[in-house]
Amino acid sequence: MGFVNRDIVSIKDFKKEELEHIFKTAEKMEKDGYDSTLLRGRKVGLLFYEPSTRTRMSFDAAAHALGAETIWFAGVEGTSVMKGETLKDTIETVANYVDLIVMRHPFDGSARWAADVTTNRTKRGHKKVPIINGGDGKNEHPTQTMLDLYSIRKTQGRIDGLEIAMVGDLKYGRTVHSLSYALSMYDCKLKYVAPDSLQIPEHIETFLNRNHIQFTKHSKIEDIISSADIIYMTRIQKERFPDENEYNKVKGIFKINRALLSRAKPTARLMHPLPRVDEISVDADEDLRAYYFEQAGNGVPVRAALLSLVMGAIE
Amino acid sequence: MAGNTTSKDAKNGLMVRPIKDGTVIDHIPPGKGIKIAEMLNLFRQDSVVIIGQNLESTKYGRKDLIKVENRFLRSDEYNKISLIAPNATINIIKDYEIHEKKKVTVPDVLEDVAVCTNANCISNKEPVPSRLYTVSRDPLVLVCHYCNFECKEGLIRLKA
Repeated sequence: MGFVNRDIVSIKDFKKEELEHIFKTAEKMEKDGYDSTLLRGRKVGLLFYEPSTRTRMSFDAAAHALGAETIWFAGVEGTSVMKGETLKDTIETVANYVDLIVMRHPFDGSARWAADVTTNRTKRGHKKVPIINGGDGKNEHPTQTMLDLYSIRKTQGRIDGLEIAMVGDLKYGRTVHSLSYALSMYDCKLKYVAPDSLQIPEHIETFLNRNHIQFTKHSKIEDIISSADIIYMTRIQKERFPDENEYNKVKGIFKINRALLSRAKPTARLMHPLPRVDEISVDADEDLRAYYFEQAGNGVPVRAALLSLVMGAIE
Repeated sequence: MAGNTTSKDAKNGLMVRPIKDGTVIDHIPPGKGIKIAEMLNLFRQDSVVIIGQNLESTKYGRKDLIKVENRFLRSDEYNKISLIAPNATINIIKDYEIHEKKKVTVPDVLEDVAVCTNANCISNKEPVPSRLYTVSRDPLVLVCHYCNFECKEGLIRLKA
């Protein structure tokens, strides 16, 4: 299907059947167990310029489960980045040490640039070192979207025909933007729940309209709680608000506790890309509909599938 | 036509001598002539440069115009002009006559010509060649190859 040496930079680079292939591969790995010889002798570089718990550790876990070694840095402290080394120079260097690079970087578009750098190396006779984007600034985080879709599919048995509500910071949250783009490939009903100041941006609305995707906008969780199949919560990011009063006006509105969650369908699932602050109260964790920790766990099979496909260990 | 001075030029009072060899950039939006001249570094050369501002234009009402002697444009300069003056016409003058007339068009891909308007884009943070794709010419909308940011007309800046 053309995954070998492919850069994973944007969810928009993928077709529905390609995503389905990744999910089927991940599903098989979960079911049959990980083959610890599959990536034996391969090296994965984990270049995390910014903090990460789930993305870095699940890539690390996935690589080790398949027998690959990882070499990494987490935070630029102790690297030549502190001396002003450019991303290009770091990538040119690390590409000599590894077979694949997973990268999180603060600047938008850094993953595409890193991918261009390793593609250009091939013109000098080097092998292609594919880049997997683990989050580039406020731009994209495609493997998060893949594991979100995988989680939806796993819990509901399908993606088509579902009602999916996204709640919280829809304006700045890159996960809901990428998820919206990905869900446009499926036949879903989307519901966006946010205060006016944090509603889904105009360019996403334009995209959805152009692709004839059904969506509605809401200002209260109560509007969607009893009909949604998936409730996708996001953190309202305090640092995005021009003043604290504005933040205080909206922060309390978008919270889910166990009592509110009990009004959801028994088959519904509450998801969150994590970390949470206080938008999901701890008492909701015990409800069977709370799925965010399992969702984070799905990062391992999805990322294991991606590593295997991109490194050509399986087709 | 007498040389490269048109009757419209005469009406505009542009009675300066026609240029023998060089380039005439016509149909520049009013007020953008100086900007294009600066961008092309025309003030730093010895040849004759004539800039007309707020001239009458039957097509656009008002326009700016540049005549420069012994200077011909490179393709990257055409691309830069297209971003400032999307309707500009470039006349190449040889021996007082219009040898060739070209209309500028914004190319499909702009390599290292304009700056992505997303301040947090890698192309604005590190020495990275900019690359923008044209998604619409009217109004002008460019999308960044790296960060997918939509750069809209009026905010687009040329690379220094």
